[in-house]
Amino acid sequence: MARSRPRLVRLGALVAVILLLGACSLISSEDQPLTTFEPAGPFAERIDSLFWPVFWIAVAVFVLVQGAILVIVFFYRDRDGSKEAKQLHGSPKLEIAWTIIPALILAGIAVPTTAAVFDLTECGSDAIEVQVTGHQWWFEYHYPDADITTANVMVIPAGQEVCARMTSDDVLHNFWIPALNGKRYLVPGQTTELRLQADQPGEYWGHCAEFCGLSHSLMRARVQALEPAEYEAWLAGQQAGAVLPVEGDPEYEGYQVYLNKQCIQCHTVRFEDDSASNIIAPEAFNGPELTHFASRNVFAGATLPGEGQSREDALKDWLADPPNTKPGSFMPDLALTEAEIDALIVWLESME
Amino acid sequence: MTATAERPATTIFRRPSSTKGLWSWITTVDHKRIGIMYGYAAFSFFIIGGLEALLLRIQLSQANGEFLTAGAYNALFTMHGTTMIFLFVMPASSALMNYLLPLLIGARDVAFPRLNALSWWIFFFGAIFLYSTFIFGTSMAPVGVDGIGGVDGNLAPGGGPGSFNFLADSPDGGWFGYQPNAGPLYSPGTAMDYWALGLQIIGLASLVSSVNFLVTVLNLRAKGMRLLRMPVFAWMTMITSFLLLFSLPIIAVALFMVTFDRQFGSLFFAANAGGDPILWQHLFWLFGHPEVYILILPAMGIVSEILPTFSRKPLFGYSAVVFAGAAIAFLGFGVWAHHMFASGITPVAQAAFGLATMTIAIPTGIKIFNWLGTMWMGRIRLHTPMLFAIGFVAMFTIGGLSGVTHAVVPSDWQQTDTYYIVAHFHYVIFGGAVFGLFGGLYYWFPKITGRLMNERLGKVHFWLMLLGFNLTFGPMHWLGLQGMVRRTWKYAPETGLEPWNLAVTVGAFIIALSIFIFMINWFTSRRRGRESGLDPWDARTIEWMAPNPTPEYNFAVPPVVTSLDHFWHLKYQEDVEGRAVRVADADEIVANIEHEQLNPSSPIHLPNPSYFPFFFALGLPLMFYGVIYHRTPWGKALILVGLVISLAAIIGWAMEPLEEPHGGDGEPADHELDDRVELIASSAEGGGGPEGRRAAPGGETESGDD
Repeated sequence: MARSRPRLVRLGALVAVILLLGACSLISSEDQPLTTFEPAGPFAERIDSLFWPVFWIAVAVFVLVQGAILVIVFFYRDRDGSKEAKQLHGSPKLEIAWTIIPALILAGIAVPTTAAVFDLTECGSDAIEVQVTGHQWWFEYHYPDADITTANVMVIPAGQEVCARMTSDDVLHNFWIPALNGKRYLVPGQTTELRLQADQPGEYWGHCAEFCGLSHSLMRARVQALEPAEYEAWLAGQQAGAVLPVEGDPEYEGYQVYLNKQCIQCHTVRFEDDSASNIIAPEAFNGPELTHFASRNVFAGATLPGEGQSREDALKDWLADPPNTKPGSFMPDLALTEAEIDALIVWLESME
Repeated sequence: MTATAERPATTIFRRPSSTKGLWSWITTVDHKRIGIMYGYAAFSFFIIGGLEALLLRIQLSQANGEFLTAGAYNALFTMHGTTMIFLFVMPASSALMNYLLPLLIGARDVAFPRLNALSWWIFFFGAIFLYSTFIFGTSMAPVGVDGIGGVDGNLAPGGGPGSFNFLADSPDGGWFGYQPNAGPLYSPGTAMDYWALGLQIIGLASLVSSVNFLVTVLNLRAKGMRLLRMPVFAWMTMITSFLLLFSLPIIAVALFMVTFDRQFGSLFFAANAGGDPILWQHLFWLFGHPEVYILILPAMGIVSEILPTFSRKPLFGYSAVVFAGAAIAFLGFGVWAHHMFASGITPVAQAAFGLATMTIAIPTGIKIFNWLGTMWMGRIRLHTPMLFAIGFVAMFTIGGLSGVTHAVVPSDWQQTDTYYIVAHFHYVIFGGAVFGLFGGLYYWFPKITGRLMNERLGKVHFWLMLLGFNLTFGPMHWLGLQGMVRRTWKYAPETGLEPWNLAVTVGAFIIALSIFIFMINWFTSRRRGRESGLDPWDARTIEWMAPNPTPEYNFAVPPVVTSLDHFWHLKYQEDVEGRAVRVADADEIVANIEHEQLNPSSPIHLPNPSYFPFFFALGLPLMFYGVIYHRTPWGKALILVGLVISLAAIIGWAMEPLEEPHGGDGEPADHELDDRVELIASSAEGGGGPEGRRAAPGGETESGDD
């Protein structure tokens, strides 16, 4: 046994080095757009400020227990000449102490926890409402006041509370923008609420967090927070209809592909000339509204374009075979020719 | 056992008598052989579930991994979770409980030996049924079946790069089977039916054994073995059995609801028809949270045996440890909604379940501190079982602490459904239950084989597993807080999650290596390990008073217990300082008892083997296959065939003779109360027959317990 000790020490040192390296990189959350450690609004900050004290209490208990294990094993290890152990059966005083002290610590944690639960759950009365609907595998956003619908990218004004009223079209989803708040389910047949607020303009990443079928991992989300004035401008822009291409326009061919290759069955486009619009009823099966497709910096459930990929290449890949990018996608492989895809892209990218 | 006299003419049934070969294993009712079968089955599924995990980790070692298809990934994580919980940890605990419970309390077998065999065979056939989904299951609706199909484009598991797509036709709704995703509309194939009905069968097995263990603990303790003199592992077995008894009916109901939704068009969870998908979560977690304690409490019991033995001290605060276990189990029924903090339940409910969850930390803390107190001032010998027990305390503490961080409800809104949770429950179930189970295997290996496992390999196994475990699950805390969601087939490179994911994958392979070393150790030590003798660890509890390997009858003379840690107190007394002083040798003690008390004229009476548990269990999967395919004529036929087999087995069970008779000491009335008589036969008195019952230590053991 004595011979094996140096080896154990070396192993222990190795573990310690690895843990230390881990601890160093723990400090940095940079370039991790889904991190929970960079709260960007009051709700996420409230959670963050609740997390750290509990974390440090946990660290203290961790050090206490692991330290006690090491110390006890070191001091009371059986060695040559060790005496037999005293047959202690327990100590009521100690046992009462380690019942009551944890209970008090937990009571201390419980108070701010309960307060935060109540503070964070119900939307404020002057919050802007955005209705979120989960679909396999993308999020739809409807702004009831402006009566506009968009997808994948939720645009909000910075510095104002947004109340996401959420439901699902199919299975359970879970809307999560780590920098703005915790997560909340989207439940078919029910409405749930989530408070969101970003203090500064910027782009915040999100993800569906509940397993929702084949391409759950590719159901992502973005929130774009704009200055209030920009937000108003964005709203106005979204309310305008798309320009209806006429023969001779460069967009005309792409529009014809949309009309003739089944795209129109699932995707709404609202045109300035409303008689050309195809408004698909919400209860019918539908895909993202395309009226302002080009105003959104991501598509396909906020998964495209991927890192290092141009928007055009991503669109080409996507339109050529959607289920290849996103298994199980409702958007089928429509066997479009390259020319049709190019034409479609010209038209889609014109709708800002 | 050795039946020679003529059988009563009233019965056409005879009891099997093979003691070797396949039939002896199929017909055995010996709790030890059943335990061994449970053990090998559980370990096989541990290997399978581990291989599934390795495939998952290869896929996730890189951002945008292209090793598995989405369908294969989803199937593998579903089956990994299902396998590890229901087909590994539960039966592995069951293996040790089966083998040891009668030994720990000084009995010759469990209360209902045939029922014990039944629960094993139900588990066995249930597991095979569940895994047959890899051969027969589908994730698409069968062609021509209307009304239950989803939209094809959505469900075709193909598409996208990756291999192993053939696995996509397996259950892929998660081990939690959340509705409606795992319901008829969104998982229309048969795979999720295999999952639901397979768990139904396996749950039945646990329910049967829970009753059996409860009666065993309450009725078959040796003379003088009061409840508060029982080893803690026996206590935890009892508490776990209560948990099983009360929680399994809940999941049984829930799984039947799913099966009815899927097969017979009921709409319990269909939101568009007024059903409630959240109802499933309430039912599932009302079972699922006690289930966590079903997994961990046996390991806590094992550790509570190992720590005192290798510290050469009594368990610190024995009754506190026992009552803390009971408190954890009791509170465990009141915290289920902490799995659903993000589901939109009211703030009142969230706060209440958050607070209830925090209270569980108190009894858990009591246990941890008492374990530390047990080692404190001890004379600690770091043999392999002790290393695993200490590893359990250290790793389980981490799991407990991260558990407190998500009892803080708003924090949980960030943490839930991320890898932080994956880290947490692996620290509890792997760092806790699995370390404890391995400790138990090393500790009690001599009871099974009469030999010791190799210490050197055992230590290599422990340190490698500890390293691999922490490298695998430690970084997952970080990954989760950096936004890595669970059950994710791919993650984007921009998320910055790749480096730690690679480390996690390396860790998983280190665990696999350590398990490989364990297997080498196990199989070589079984034949060539050092002989253990009677009492290799200088242990405290009475199971070590039975020879190693344990003979079929367990104890030649069932012990008469006079104190907690009875065996230790026969060997040691205390000097004026309270230090242990050896007064007798283990072998001499046992030899003396046998010399004084063994009565050769009263043969040891053991329950007879039986064919019927096997055949009763065999009928169940046939019926359940029939339910899945009930729309076809052969499906209906299968239901009938299964029903006939099981019913015939029940009749045979009821009619078979108590034993191959050897002298007519069984009164006719006792034949009807077959199992009760077996109970008496295996009771502490050991004599057998009605005399045994009259002299059974009912008054003696049960008085003064409560």
